[in-house]
Amino acid sequence: MNAFVETTNLARASIKSPLVMGYEVVIGFETHAQLSTRSKIFSRAPTAFGAEPNTQACAVDLALPGTLPVMNKGAVERAIQFGLAIGAHIAPKSIFARKNYFYPDLPKGYQISQFEIPVVQGGEIEFFLGEQKMSVRLERAHLEEDAGKSLHEDFIGQTGIDLNRAGTPLLEIVTMPDMRSSAEAVAYAKELHKIVTWIGICDGNMQEGSFRCDANVSVRKPGEPLGTRREVKNLNSFKFMQQAIDYEVRWQIEQIEDGIAIQQATVLFNPDTGETRAMRTKEDAADYRYFPDPDLPPLVIADEWVQRVRAEMTELPRVMAQRFVNDYALSEYDATALTQSREMATYFESAAKACGQPKLASNWIMGEVSRRLNADELSIAACPVNAATLAALIGRIADATISNNAAKQVFDAIWNGEGCDVDALIEAKGLKQMNDSGELEAIVDSVLAANPKNVEEYRSGNAKALNALVGQIMKGSKGKANPQQVNDLLKAKLG
Amino acid sequence: MTHNNTELHDLTVAQLAANLRDRKVSAVEAATHFLARAKKHATLGAFLALDEDVTLAQARAADVTLAASPAGQTPSLLGVPLAHKDIFVTKDFVTTAGSKMLTGYRSPFDATVVAKLAHEGVVTLGKLNCDEFAMGSANENSAFGPVQNPWNITRTPGGSSGGSAAAVAARLAPAATGTDTGGSIRQPASFCGITGIKPTYGRASRYGMVAFASSLDQAGPMARTAEDCALLLSAMCGPDADRDSTSLDIPAEDFSVSLNAPIEGLRIGIPAEFFGEGLAPDVRAAVDAALAEYQKLGAKLVPIVLPRTELSIPVYYVIAPAEASSNLSRFDGVKFGHRADQYTDLIDMYKKTRAEGFGDEVKRRIMIGAYVLSHGYYDAYYLQAQKIRRMIADDFQQAFKVCDVIAGPVAPTVAWKLGDKSEDPLASYLADIFTLPGSLAGLPGMSIPVGFGAGHMPVGMQLIGNYSQEAKLLNVAHRFQQATDWHAAKPEGF
Amino acid sequence: MSLTSDDIARIANLARLALNPEESERMLTQINGFFDMVEKIRAVDTTGVEPLAHPMATIQEITLRLREDLASEPNHREANQRNAPAIERGLFLVPKVIE
Repeated sequence: MNAFVETTNLARASIKSPLVMGYEVVIGFETHAQLSTRSKIFSRAPTAFGAEPNTQACAVDLALPGTLPVMNKGAVERAIQFGLAIGAHIAPKSIFARKNYFYPDLPKGYQISQFEIPVVQGGEIEFFLGEQKMSVRLERAHLEEDAGKSLHEDFIGQTGIDLNRAGTPLLEIVTMPDMRSSAEAVAYAKELHKIVTWIGICDGNMQEGSFRCDANVSVRKPGEPLGTRREVKNLNSFKFMQQAIDYEVRWQIEQIEDGIAIQQATVLFNPDTGETRAMRTKEDAADYRYFPDPDLPPLVIADEWVQRVRAEMTELPRVMAQRFVNDYALSEYDATALTQSREMATYFESAAKACGQPKLASNWIMGEVSRRLNADELSIAACPVNAATLAALIGRIADATISNNAAKQVFDAIWNGEGCDVDALIEAKGLKQMNDSGELEAIVDSVLAANPKNVEEYRSGNAKALNALVGQIMKGSKGKANPQQVNDLLKAKLG
Repeated sequence: MTHNNTELHDLTVAQLAANLRDRKVSAVEAATHFLARAKKHATLGAFLALDEDVTLAQARAADVTLAASPAGQTPSLLGVPLAHKDIFVTKDFVTTAGSKMLTGYRSPFDATVVAKLAHEGVVTLGKLNCDEFAMGSANENSAFGPVQNPWNITRTPGGSSGGSAAAVAARLAPAATGTDTGGSIRQPASFCGITGIKPTYGRASRYGMVAFASSLDQAGPMARTAEDCALLLSAMCGPDADRDSTSLDIPAEDFSVSLNAPIEGLRIGIPAEFFGEGLAPDVRAAVDAALAEYQKLGAKLVPIVLPRTELSIPVYYVIAPAEASSNLSRFDGVKFGHRADQYTDLIDMYKKTRAEGFGDEVKRRIMIGAYVLSHGYYDAYYLQAQKIRRMIADDFQQAFKVCDVIAGPVAPTVAWKLGDKSEDPLASYLADIFTLPGSLAGLPGMSIPVGFGAGHMPVGMQLIGNYSQEAKLLNVAHRFQQATDWHAAKPEGF
Repeated sequence: MSLTSDDIARIANLARLALNPEESERMLTQINGFFDMVEKIRAVDTTGVEPLAHPMATIQEITLRLREDLASEPNHREANQRNAPAIERGLFLVPKVIE
């Protein structure tokens, strides 16, 4: 991008930037999201991942003489969806431009992209960094075509070019340089990832290259103008993203401290060494000779289309989170966690509605369910305990049929494939809570009688002495006592 | 029943089609006849690719259909032999676009225009020589040798569709396809004494035309009569929404329907700028005589101005090379075409491949194009040129308020000697002055033969119509050809 | 406006064209002659004039047509690669690309 005039993001003006060795870190992101269309942006070849080399590269993709581009409506529709999701302006008229440079994975010797007038302009993305709500402004998002792939490993002194990916539609999403730490950058990237997968415009598969991030990183002493930035390319996993940015920041600071000015460069992160390294500079790389593509008239998006997309759009994560806060009295934090993905949110809401216990449902999902899913590396879609079953289980806790502990046993049983009829499992395992107060009172009396010392200690002020008594009572009741009832009885008898 | 073969090549497309329909001649006989002529006159340099087996197979297929067609229901072009400018990609013949870069190139698909004509039953005689990537006005920029003008073999046939014009003039084919970016149908038609038409930009699909300047390239027919051009253009034009985003939504039209409409009261606009000092007296005389003939036919001459005529030269020669420089980047030795034998690394491979594959004129235009798009110059050159382009197009709209068609010369002189302008590319750019304005505006334009000039070389007159007025242009041309016989003249020895 | 041989070298590099010294020299002369002719467009007052992208835009609005998102192109790899200078296992081979 050209020389930049810095403007302030008022939405975060009060948030202080964390300093690294006395320097403020300034980060902007460029993300290339592959759009989930069936065919390519300018040709009718399929976009499916993993096909044999060059079996999904048609004449247009290969730039054979005489071929011409024809625009995919699905790509435009997805750009509109994204723009609406982030509160951006959808340009009623935008222009496709040619970005000219030579590279073997770029068949035409130019990339069809958008330069001066992109389809999506402005917008913002909000997310949490810990407890702090952050906001990052978007400069623009534009449509362009992806390049092919270069394969170096199998060839000596040569590179193999696979053009299957050439022509896959991309949405390039560019932020203002609003971010001030690597942690924030990762949080932003995760939120963006959530948005594009939530609204269904991108499958978000980072290993397959569906969601590729480049970070523009610079440092400066607070109050000084923006430093020269370097672009850290292809940050394709959240795991390495923070590490790469941290390394780059430290490297830049060390250079500056040594009196060496930062040169604008593109750098690659090496996950094995943990270092960033400047790529071979391409002379005149900056002169792309952009001009409007004469093969493509201007893209006009009528307001009716935008309104139709808006009406058909799925509820956005932020909106849904707010609704959870309002309707289910959840905290903003909990609501955000539950809306980490559409599948998770749907799971929660089905369960909550079915059992009428949103708080309990939230606790279980963020607790036990998430723990087990992570441990077994499963997504919520593959959860062995479905929402209806969880709801039934929670219902039995709420109506005091079983204790929390007993519920965990039932949960485990269902998870391990022992069946999903909650009541049947409770019965089979004899987990019904003892609700007969007479029977319970008898056990309580006998425990109190057998443990005079604990009673003594409790009466002299040692509250912890109660635990041993409770333990004995639970043992005596084979775990079926209703803990609340036990407490009530003890308090009544001991005073 | 066979026809008298010595006159077969003097038949027009319309006549040939009728003979084929009436089974007076077979498609195989016609094809064989023209293939023999192509071979006989190979020194003209008109053909780049011939393949008897392919052509005769097509002819045999046409004969089968002809035999099976009920009388009076035969498609109008069935069995008619025709050759394609080597800018159109074809599955059955090599396509070179006149360049070493594409030596031996076999396209996996046919150009839309080729497919449309094939659908009408046309039989492909072969591929015709042209200036490399359609860049040139004399067919001297072909990597495979120049083409000679049949009227005088020491002279150029014009360009870039020089092979097409020469083949038709020499009766090696009854018709040919050409392409016109800055005059490349109209000017060779004029230099060779034949008829050619470039339709409104967007009316014929560009899919399958090796791209030169995307916002200017158009396909069109070249034949000996306006009637023939009407038949062929009707088959070539039509929307191609599936493959060409610049193709217009105007439905296919039968341009022959109104060929005979009367032209009394027709207002012919005469641009002052087209008749200035640079116009050679012999050309002026022929064009003036034609205009007098039009007046006899009832037309009125109306003086008009096209004030930015001269500006059209720099404007075109900024826009066309700019688009070409980008369109030609795909020739990189990776996916198809020439690749250098010796190179040290990737960049060296690119540079040597392109240096070896492209001729001088192409390299020059790539350099100019890259320069006018480069950082810091885009606004002053490319953007500025596109703005003046709109002003030129608006000038035409002003003119069409007071006239129906515009007439004038096609080129300032008759065909020059081969080699005359090859050392000075700028001189040949300047000679495009009359065809460039219509190209920039995207208007349909025709060239019809109207007499002879110095050295008994043909002179063509240009007719420019408003958008989508091809039928009118063809009608205006046809009426002239009914009253005169310049279009029937034939070069000696053919 | 006059180009220098540095300009010629820079543009030739951008366009990936190898020019020997004699060719560069000739190119310089020819292109400078060309730009002398082209200079006159800079003096034209085009204030308020929109560039003309598609010629028909002179008389009507020309907009981009959109096609339905259907993957209808079958695999034609063999035919499409028929003219390739170097192929191995379906991949186009080029001299090693160094990042």
